[in-house]
Amino acid sequence: MTDTAVPLTTKKDWVSDQEVRWCPGCGDYGVMHAVQALMPELGIKTENTVFISGIGCSSRFPYYMNTYGMHSIHGRAPAVATGVAVARPDLDVWVVTGDGDALSIGGNHLIHALRRNVNLTILLFNNRIYGLTKGQYSPTSEQGKVTKSTPFGSIDHPFNPLSLALGAEASFVARTHDLDRKHMMATFRAAHAHKGASFVEIYQNCNVFNDGAYDAVTGKHAREENMIDLVHGQPIRFGAEGHKGVTMGTDGQLRIVEVAEVGESALLVHDAQRHDPGLAFALARLSHDDHSPTPFGIFRDVERADYGTMVADQVLAASQKKGPGDLGALLRSGGTWHVGG
Amino acid sequence: MTDTHSLTGTERQDRQPEQISHVVVRFAGDSGDGMQLTGDRFTSVSALFGNDLSTFPDYPAEIRAPAGTVNGVSSFQVHISDHDITTPGDAPNVLVAMNPAALKADLHRLEQNGLLIVNSDAFEGRDLEKAGYDHNPLHDDFLASYRVVEVPMTSLTQLATEPLGVKPRDAERSKNFFALGLVSWLYSRPIEPTVEWIGTRFKDLVKDSNVAALRAGFNFGETSELFDHPYQVKPAQLPPGEYTNITGNVALAWGLIAAGQLAKLPVFLGSYPITPASDILHELSKHKHFGVRTVQAEDEIAAAGMALGAAFAGHLGITTTSGPGVALKSETTSLAVSLELPFVLVDVQRGGPSTGLPTKTEAADLNIAMFGRHGEAPLPIVAAYSPAQCFDAAIEACRLALKYRTPVILLSDGYLANGSEPWLLPDPATLPDISVPFQTATNHVAEDGTEEYWPYLRDPETLARPWAIPGTPGLQHRVGGIEKEDGTGNISYSPANHTKMVHLRQAKIDRIANDIPLATITGDADADVCLLGWGSTWAAIDAAVQRTRRAGTKVAWIHLTHVNPMPPNLGALLKSFKHVLVPELNLGQLCRLVRADYLVDAKPITKVQGLPFTSAELENAIQDALTEGAGK
Repeated sequence: MTDTAVPLTTKKDWVSDQEVRWCPGCGDYGVMHAVQALMPELGIKTENTVFISGIGCSSRFPYYMNTYGMHSIHGRAPAVATGVAVARPDLDVWVVTGDGDALSIGGNHLIHALRRNVNLTILLFNNRIYGLTKGQYSPTSEQGKVTKSTPFGSIDHPFNPLSLALGAEASFVARTHDLDRKHMMATFRAAHAHKGASFVEIYQNCNVFNDGAYDAVTGKHAREENMIDLVHGQPIRFGAEGHKGVTMGTDGQLRIVEVAEVGESALLVHDAQRHDPGLAFALARLSHDDHSPTPFGIFRDVERADYGTMVADQVLAASQKKGPGDLGALLRSGGTWHVGG
Repeated sequence: MTDTHSLTGTERQDRQPEQISHVVVRFAGDSGDGMQLTGDRFTSVSALFGNDLSTFPDYPAEIRAPAGTVNGVSSFQVHISDHDITTPGDAPNVLVAMNPAALKADLHRLEQNGLLIVNSDAFEGRDLEKAGYDHNPLHDDFLASYRVVEVPMTSLTQLATEPLGVKPRDAERSKNFFALGLVSWLYSRPIEPTVEWIGTRFKDLVKDSNVAALRAGFNFGETSELFDHPYQVKPAQLPPGEYTNITGNVALAWGLIAAGQLAKLPVFLGSYPITPASDILHELSKHKHFGVRTVQAEDEIAAAGMALGAAFAGHLGITTTSGPGVALKSETTSLAVSLELPFVLVDVQRGGPSTGLPTKTEAADLNIAMFGRHGEAPLPIVAAYSPAQCFDAAIEACRLALKYRTPVILLSDGYLANGSEPWLLPDPATLPDISVPFQTATNHVAEDGTEEYWPYLRDPETLARPWAIPGTPGLQHRVGGIEKEDGTGNISYSPANHTKMVHLRQAKIDRIANDIPLATITGDADADVCLLGWGSTWAAIDAAVQRTRRAGTKVAWIHLTHVNPMPPNLGALLKSFKHVLVPELNLGQLCRLVRADYLVDAKPITKVQGLPFTSAELENAIQDALTEGAGK
């Protein structure tokens, strides 16, 4: 959609008549408002849009969208959404999932949807806790986390969702957070524009069971020093007046440096369209803890044929080659004989 | 059997074929010997010749079990006949044993005085040892009660292919075609169709070697004096029409394609490879020009989820599997019950539990089909009863799923899946229209006059909810696994609404009883004994009932194609018999259902050997019931 086009819809058209039932103060509200505000800008129709979710707090999302939607089974949203997207490449299919839903019980479906490059926009609400079941540690919880199921601290090593997605051959990988509507909208817009599977990790606060999980990165006082905004084609800089940057050493290691010390020309220039996912992977793992500079934005955005289109192409090619299916001919295809009478 | 061969008959000198009414041949060899292919070719040629037939492939789960061992034996049994038959035969009249292991594995099946053709080249040294023989059974009177014909198949094949430049080691791979040629001569089957077929399947030297072996086997039969004369089984007097020979899996796949055409919907199959269901995935994948989409999913759960997603989007969503996969799809099937969307789950049953006997047949998944979901989650169950009938059963499963917006489980089994029979082709124009309309307009007016779409506003007759698919303007709606209010479909935790919904979902399935054929009695309605069957036991029951009645004993038989709900007249029919016997390849699963539903003192006849019933077993069970009954 160009800026001058008249939107087909307004935000109101995308809001369902259902009462939103998340806890007051939940980060999910911010994400929902960002999505609802963005939709009119995408120039798509409510009836051609489908939201599929699994189970968990964030998975209530489809009920609040005035689109087609399914609140499916814990972990299975990418599989159900694959069925929708392959059957109907004409639809805009979104998957809303959480860290437990996508990375624990549904890990298998997530990686295969990404590998197949099914045309889905996947929003992973990462609050690093199980909220709906009232506070157990999740596969993204930090080691040592004390929860109801880990009274002596979690001993599980966490997943890095972006590393996982990149390892699963994802063609679009991004990260945003629930406090910045503008950044969310820009990220979701790019994710939607990408043909194929788009994976967006959203740092999302659970103010009841894991409040402040991202304060040291996205908190007002931390942002400047700890959020790195990735911009395609630009040197990677952050901090007050961009005094810090990211370089790659001759050992292949990414390092955070003072720009004044190394000079701007030494900085790594972000390239989201690089075919090789190595750099995106390194950036995804730049932060080793919850208090270090962490990149946000689009890590990877490369073109690869999408699955639903390829399935449709095979069906079309077969029809063109053999003509429309003829049941009578099919029944005779194994050789027949006649019994007189 | 009274009408089979006389090998040494001196009464015939002209070597004209002797007419026999039927014959059961079993080809047995090592897994690598190509016995399935040999049996399949013999079957195809017999089908083209016009015989009625029934086949039973029997092979190990291992792709290549240690060569020459009993565990590695692969067999193919085929029954060809000049009259209507339904089973692959209880005991073979002819056993072709390619090695000692095959003899060891299958000799006990051969009828007394049956014809035993062995590849004598294989009966030496290591091969005997590997089969567990400490002596050569061909060298003593071990086989005295059979008519043994020793043929050095390996060396004759090597001789026949040597002029082509085939190395002896490679020639050995063609010896199954020698065996096929020999048996083809013995039963007066033409070999030209197979020569043609070899040309399409093999290339170059392998092709030439196979053709040479086939011809050599045929000519060996004709010129050697081992057999007095050949035999011939005349074409069967089947109802007139056009026939093809078909396996259950192919018939089922074609039935699903037909259902898509009859419903005017694209077919979407989500599937994960599993024995013995994979052939349905393979077959459907070939026919994309029918608008069929197939996805080989990452697992069984995803396969079901994709099919359900496709159903939500307006396709005919299908998933195919076997027992272990049914367990994995259970949660999705429960969601389909709650979403009230059309969804077809095909279970090609095999021996269980767990991995069980992947390549052997069993029908022990009726319980999981009936009860294997959480919550009150009823659904219709359709059971196929013969290889060709899998076609109709698939259409029927899809019809019920579409009309009632419900998941349906279609039960087949390994015996139907791989077995084959001639099929009188239906005229596609006579197949039923199973299409249902999508909802395209709002269906409710709110108090303030707003036009609304209520996704759970039901058809008063079928209780089915409307099916509005994405892309339809104004009918946007959300469905989910959380309990919803009848009518609006909004989330509802109300106790009264949950009660209502549980009862509605049950009532919807119960009402299907009025939309299926009534149960009918085959045989004698005034008999003391009635057999109640379902699924693939049909063939053995049919043969047993015919034989029992020919012997002068009255017996009745009811066969279910719809296991849930059952025909509304079933209870009354069963109550009219003194004895109700339920033959099942499980420990009595249907029997327990009819006892519970109808308070009928039904007795199970069970078999769990990974093998189908023989008709003799059922005949004996009928006699036992009558004897026992008389003694009371």
